Amino acid sequence: MTLTHAEPAPSGKPPAGHPHVGVTSTFVGMPKFPDAARIELANTTQRRNLAHATGIIRDKRASVVGELDNWEELRLAAEAIKNRTLRHLDDYLVQFEENATKAGAVVHWARDAEEANRIVVDLVRETGSDEVVKVKSMATQEIELNEALQAAGIDAWETDLAELIVQLGDDWPSHILVPAIHRNRSEVREIFLRRMKDVGRPAPEDLTDDPRRLAEAARLHLREKFLRAKVGISGANFAVADTGSLVVVESEGNGRMCLTLPETLISVVGIEKVLPSWADLEVFLQVLPRSSTGERENPYTSIWTGVTPGDGPQNAHIILLDNNRTNVLADEVGRAALRCIRCSACLNVCPVYERAGGHAYGSVYPGPIGAILTPQLRGTSSKVDQSLPYASSLCGACFDVCPVRIDIPELLVHLRTRVVDEHRGGRPTAEAAAFKAMAWMFGSHRRLEAAQKAATTSNRFFGRRKTIGAIPGPLAGWSSARDIPVPPAESFRDWWKRERGEQEPRS
Amino acid sequence: MSAREEILDRVRSALADVESSDVTETPIDWSYGRPVDTGDLRLVDRFAERVADYRAIVERVPAGELGATVAAALAEVDGPVVADPTVRGRLGVDLNWRDDDGLSAADLDSVAAVVTTAAVGIANTGTIVLDHGVGQERRAASLVPDVHVCIVDAEQVVSDVPEAVARLMSQGSSVRPQTWISGPSATSDIELDRVEGVHGPRTLHVIIVG
Ligand code: SF4
Repeated sequence: MTLTHAEPAPSGKPPAGHPHVGVTSTFVGMPKFPDAARIELANTTQRRNLAHATGIIRDKRASVVGELDNWEELRLAAEAIKNRTLRHLDDYLVQFEENATKAGAVVHWARDAEEANRIVVDLVRETGSDEVVKVKSMATQEIELNEALQAAGIDAWETDLAELIVQLGDDWPSHILVPAIHRNRSEVREIFLRRMKDVGRPAPEDLTDDPRRLAEAARLHLREKFLRAKVGISGANFAVADTGSLVVVESEGNGRMCLTLPETLISVVGIEKVLPSWADLEVFLQVLPRSSTGERENPYTSIWTGVTPGDGPQNAHIILLDNNRTNVLADEVGRAALRCIRCSACLNVCPVYERAGGHAYGSVYPGPIGAILTPQLRGTSSKVDQSLPYASSLCGACFDVCPVRIDIPELLVHLRTRVVDEHRGGRPTAEAAAFKAMAWMFGSHRRLEAAQKAATTSNRFFGRRKTIGAIPGPLAGWSSARDIPVPPAESFRDWWKRERGEQEPRS
Repeated sequence: MSAREEILDRVRSALADVESSDVTETPIDWSYGRPVDTGDLRLVDRFAERVADYRAIVERVPAGELGATVAAALAEVDGPVVADPTVRGRLGVDLNWRDDDGLSAADLDSVAAVVTTAAVGIANTGTIVLDHGVGQERRAASLVPDVHVCIVDAEQVVSDVPEAVARLMSQGSSVRPQTWISGPSATSDIELDRVEGVHGPRTLHVIIVG
């Protein structure tokens, strides 16, 4: 039986020249961020879940990061390692290919989503299997691999609990790390009861909404799939050039199941995932778990190199995926976005994400990183991609938590300029006009701080209102579509000074 | 043009601004592999404390009590227990032992517990690293059974991730398959409530020797 993904959505191919970054084909009519955000803002369950969840993760992250007295050094090292990789990516890709091949893996290259999907479909067909088990992977979501497999008559089973919830619910992920963050326990119960029976072992009839029971139902449902699977599909968090190793970081063990039980393993890896050396893992295996789940180390990390006789899959395929990453690489400023290790720390601190949720971004990459990565990967020809660089208050919190020090506010301003430049000659859009007014204010951190201070002292002006609503004047076009939060009683930087004392966020 | 050549070409033209072919033109200001402070607790105590933090079971025993401790840990287990002959020899206790002579996934599913040794223990993160060498079983065998008893020798414990990576590299483990385990399988996907044991072993029992 085939799971249809987002069946009621309008069908159709994405317009030519609009490459996949997930969600494209279904969301052909995807509203631009402000409209999508307004719809999502009305979803109070989601807002409550999100505020609760991001609050918890934020606190956990802060406490485990606080344990390390060399956090800033680690971030600088992580940034430098990624910069080195990106500046010599051709060298490292060739080195990775050579070492992975020597270790028994077969390395393929894919220019775009279609090519990657075709390679995967062919490899699965060669095995004679008509189903695959999948480890959660942003890269395979980006290329919409599940849809391609489905079109080829191959069932793709998502095995991460949250991805399972999303898949069974015919839904879209809304968070990098906790894709079903927008669902509460009773919704999960309802989805399991309704859909598990269609695709395998049914949920027990007396299923309650206790997370423990729900996880148990998922365990039993997925175990029969793990035990019979012939093909596993994964992404990779890191690809190590000097050994040809791949690394997958996870919590549940579904990753280990997919990576070790099947005979064939196909890993789709973005070309930016490379690290120069195995030794570099010491930096990334520290910064990733602490930044993402707020744990000292995630429950399971799997590292493998090609094929090990008698242990794990005996056929290992690696697909190195471009899909417009080289366009991002060509932009000397925008290139920094490729340092991203998908930890999702920037989502959890973003006041815009916390209110709008992940779906408003219309891409598999939500939140601040989505706002800079998606328009770079897809180009800024569509309304949704033009609006994404505006989906931020430029408060700078995302930069402060980013373990690879991506200056997201700077990149947002850079991309806004690009959008505005592309519009030059035509009538400026509301965003472009708003941008001109805001460029001045957001042009420097100092002015932004001054503006926040001014707004703070005039707080009584807003009384008990939680949002400002439409602002008259040049910002009207921007603010009419946003529930602008009332400036906090204290600016972010003041809060930081008070909380962190000695450590100043960078200006 | 092949996809490989085309992508490498695109990468090279995207990097037209990079003039040097020397990769070290981007310095990495970091010293690799050094030990890290473990705070007020010494290595092994810190390790035990941090493993326990994950709600794994931790015990520290002298070498002479290892066999009895493992037997006690598996007293409640109902079914065959997989362990390498070298491990069984070291324990010297009688249990419902079973060899992993290439067991299928379904066979492994009927195994109740697995006993392994480890390659390295990491104090500050409470992590055990398996490189699946002798005594550590292949990856699937330490995954499918519901109980994992892991024996870590005190001298295998290092301060933190940097020292662990350095030690693994010096042991030649960097090209071996590895599993880093920090507590039992866990998920927080439903309203961020932590639930232990989704797919991996639901019980992780770490026994530190010495
Ligand atoms: S941009 Fe930085 S903080 Fe955001 S997901 Fe990527 S690495 Fe994490």
